[in-house]
Parts: sequence; structure tokens; C-alpha cells
Amino acid sequence: MPGLEDLYREIILDHYRAPRNQGELPVPPANKVEAFNPLCGDEVTLYIDIGSGEVRDLKIAGQGCSISQASTSMMSAAVKGKSLDEIRRLIRAFKALMSIHESKLEGESDGSDLSRDLEGVRLGDLEALQGVVKFPVRIKCATLAWNALQQSLDEADTPA
Amino acid sequence: MSSTHATVRDPLDVARIQADFPILRRTVHGKRLVYLDSANSSQKPQSVLDAMDRHYREYYANIHRGVYTISEESTAAYTGAHEKVAHFINAGSMREIVFTKNITEAINLVAYSWARANLRAGDPIVLTDMEHHANVVPWHILAAERGVELRWITLTDDYHLDLTDLDQLLDGAKLLAVSGMSNVLGTINDIPRLAEAAHAAGARVLVDAAQAVPHLPVDVQAWGADFVGFTGHKMLGPSGIGGLWAPEDLLDAMPPFLGGGEMISDVSRDGFTPNELPWKFEAGTMPIVEATGLAAAIDYLEALGMDAVRLHEKQLTAYALNALDERFGDRLTIYGPRDVETRGGTLSFLLDGIHAHDVSQVLDEDGVCVRAGHHCAKPLMRVLGVPATTRASFYVYNDEADVDTLVDALVTAEKFFAI
Repeated sequence: MPGLEDLYREIILDHYRAPRNQGELPVPPANKVEAFNPLCGDEVTLYIDIGSGEVRDLKIAGQGCSISQASTSMMSAAVKGKSLDEIRRLIRAFKALMSIHESKLEGESDGSDLSRDLEGVRLGDLEALQGVVKFPVRIKCATLAWNALQQSLDEADTPA
Repeated sequence: MSSTHATVRDPLDVARIQADFPILRRTVHGKRLVYLDSANSSQKPQSVLDAMDRHYREYYANIHRGVYTISEESTAAYTGAHEKVAHFINAGSMREIVFTKNITEAINLVAYSWARANLRAGDPIVLTDMEHHANVVPWHILAAERGVELRWITLTDDYHLDLTDLDQLLDGAKLLAVSGMSNVLGTINDIPRLAEAAHAAGARVLVDAAQAVPHLPVDVQAWGADFVGFTGHKMLGPSGIGGLWAPEDLLDAMPPFLGGGEMISDVSRDGFTPNELPWKFEAGTMPIVEATGLAAAIDYLEALGMDAVRLHEKQLTAYALNALDERFGDRLTIYGPRDVETRGGTLSFLLDGIHAHDVSQVLDEDGVCVRAGHHCAKPLMRVLGVPATTRASFYVYNDEADVDTLVDALVTAEKFFAI
């Protein structure tokens, strides 16, 4: 039986108590994306400044449970200054960590998705969120910010 | 008012009641199951499970159509369940009891049948800030489709409806749709007073009694409302069955809601003639065995006595309010009235600095089941200015030991998330 310490690792509680990169960015040039978890009312707002193929700056706001807010904070620290390609790989790797495999959604065999999705990606602190998988209801909390990040990259790909 | 002291004699023999609920014998994470989520859905006594099992094993058949013995027995049980409900809430007759799959469908029945036949653009509907989504969204849909105007009764500082401007809000209104008892705050609304004011203004009254019927003695005629919805799974019955009460003349004048088998007396190429009440509103094969389960649940509640159920919950709520205050003081905020005379056993709260979701996760480790979230009442959450609350709710099988376990588990949560 998974215990609470599997879910609430110290690094997660640290990010929950002291979120990194809190604040706002002027829109434009930054893009603002919001995501909601209707289950528990969690909210995440990302201000993301994309240019020259990388995330130049990123600020976060929102309210919610320790998992959603810590995941948002850890995500913000992980993507700042990274290229869009690197970030796409990171999103894929993080979702794989959460047992969400994009290829499975496309109907391929699941085989060695995890190792393939994680290939060449350093998750670092984010690995602390792995314990969330043992608490299926909370996976949506952990992925909320990452879905918002994905949305902002998609929007950057197709400028209005 | 009853004393809040812990030694007051409980009108229910809770130990005996607990023995009637098989699920309460299981453990979670090695701990005794402490089920404090009955406002969400209640557990079921052995008698309900047995009644449903017996129906399937001994006389299951579709209703209203076979002339053979077991179909007649099945039909008699189904009809008898309507009579049981009618008696339980003091309806005029079983013709006034329409079964639906839940209260959400019952409210939608009123919205699609009565409201669409009677309301026009600009007609006001009065709602309250404490309504469940089931009593909000059907009216939003109607507003988008018909242009009816939605008005809102706000809350006082002590979590009651603010009736200061009631007459103005009701001026010209065609419907007042209000909760009998809030599923978040626990607030019990004064339905007779609201119904009188609404009728004086020419408005019909719909009561969302999902929480009231399981926990309070309900007399729909004394309430004086026009529509009362309820649901079986919150009152010891199975999921999949609920219902609507309305007076016969009102139901007679309403067009059918869902069309199909059983709701007709005749069908031809040119049209159809609706069946008599209540079958006119019961299209298709209904939750037959669930009706038997609901009837058994009502038998169980009537054997306890709804006055005793209410008194038990008042005492337990007073005990819980006191215990939470003593242990946590200002660090715990309770969203709801303090006076147990005007509230039910549904306690929504927040522990300082800890999200409801995290609290309920820690509580689960101790076998304590509570709900965390917006409780399908997001307009209310916005008014309260919180994204979510933790909610503990009591029923006939809960006792002071359950409250003590809750309080201890909350202490654990507070230590765990201490900054």
C-alpha cells in the first residue's frame, strides 16, 4: 500500500510552500494560458514569453492542492530558458512519468513507451512527482500545469 | 434547543444500526472505515440489499405488461414503492410521485416540461447562491434557449438566505427554485415561508430536497411547494432512482417529458395519448429493482423514525462543531450556520493553509472518507471565495467515535503540512 510519504515528498512540499517564478508578465508579448481541474477547483495560470525558439521567461499564478501547485512550480523551474524542442520532450517525458503515453493514444503498442519517452531527458526534481501515479485521482492535479504548457506551445505554433 | 453536551442520550441505537451496514465492517489501510460522505451518497443497510436481491431472484420481470404471476408481483412491488414514497413525504397520492433516475432528472423534467410550456423570454426565475449545479444548470440552459432571466437570493453573514429583498426578487417571477437543505453549508431553508412569499407573487416553487428528504421529516403539503425533487442513493437506497413530487392537477396540465414506451395509453400514425399519472412521465423500462430498494430504505428510515434521525444528527453535529472548535480554534473555518436548529449534519470546512484535497488524502490514510472539492456548487464557492472545501457529513450510522477519528486525522494532516 503506497503511503503518504510516497505522494508528499519533501521537495514537493518545499515547492508548495515556496513556489518558484510566481507573478505575471505583460500580455503581449507574453501569452497567458489558464487551466482548471473541475474535480477539485484547482487553477493554474501561466504567463509564458516565447521567442527565438525558446521560453525566455515564465511566471505562474493559481491556487490549488499541494500536488498541482508544486508541479506548476517545478515545471516553471524546469522549462525556463529551454528550447521549445527540449520542452516538448520534457512534456512527453513528464506525462510518461505519470503513465500517460502519447503513442498509446494514437493506438500503437505500449511496449517500452516509458523508456522511449524518457530517452535523453533529465527530469531531475520532477521525478519526486512519480509517487503520484500510485494515487490515480491525483494525476490530474500533477498534469494540470503541463497541459497548460502544452497548450501555450501549441498556440505559439499557430499565431492568431 | 437540545443540549450540546456529549452525554445527551442518542435517540438512535447507533451500534445496532452500524451492524446493519455490511460495508462498515471493512477496513481501509488497516483502519476501521469511518464513512463521513453521506451527503454525497449514503451506504446501504442489509435489508435494502436483501430486498433487491430477493426481487431479482424470486419475481423479477418487466412491469405493467405481463399477465403472468411474476410480472404482476414485480408490478405490485414497483407500484408499492410509489405508495411508500407518497406516504413518506405525505403526498396526496401515489399519482403525484414520478420516479426518475435521480433528482437531476427530476429537476430537468420540470425545466423541460413545465417551464418550456409556461415560461417566455424575460420571465424571471429566482435561484439562490447555495444551489447545487443540478438546480442551476437546467435554468442556465433554459435562459440560453428562452431568454428567461435568472435572479439570485444572496447569503447573509451567517450562511442563511438573505430575504431582505425577497419581495422585489419575486416581483414578476414565475418560479422560485431553492434547496431544502444546502449540500455544502448544511443550512436548512424555511420552505413554508419561501413558498408563501413566492405564491403571493404568483411564482411556482421547486424544492431541491436531495439533502432534506434523507435527513429531515419532510411533509410536502406542509411545505406548500409545487415541485419537490429527491434522490434514492442519499437516503440508504440504491443509485439509479429518484423522483419528483408535484400535485396531481399540476402534473396533469404538464406535457410529457421523455417519450417512449409505458408513458402512453395509445399511439397511432397520427400521434399519441399520454398515459395516466404517474406513468405519463415514466418512459421506457424504469429502475424496477431500484424502486424495491428505495422502498426498503424508506422502511428502514421509518422504523428509526425521521424525528429520531433528525435529533441524532443535531446532537452529533453539535458534538462535532464543539470538538472542531476546541481542537483547532481559528485555524479551522466552518462554512455554515453554527446553530444546529437551522442546519443539518453537513460540515464544510478549511484548515488554514491546507488544500481540501490534501486534507482528504491524509484522512483517507486513517480510513476517514470525506469529500473534497466544490461539491457541485461552484457559484457558492465563488461567493465564499474558496476554490474548494473539505466536507464531512453525518448519517444514522455515524457516532461520536467517528467524529473523534475525524478530529485526530485532521491533527495528523495539520502536522504533516505544517510550514
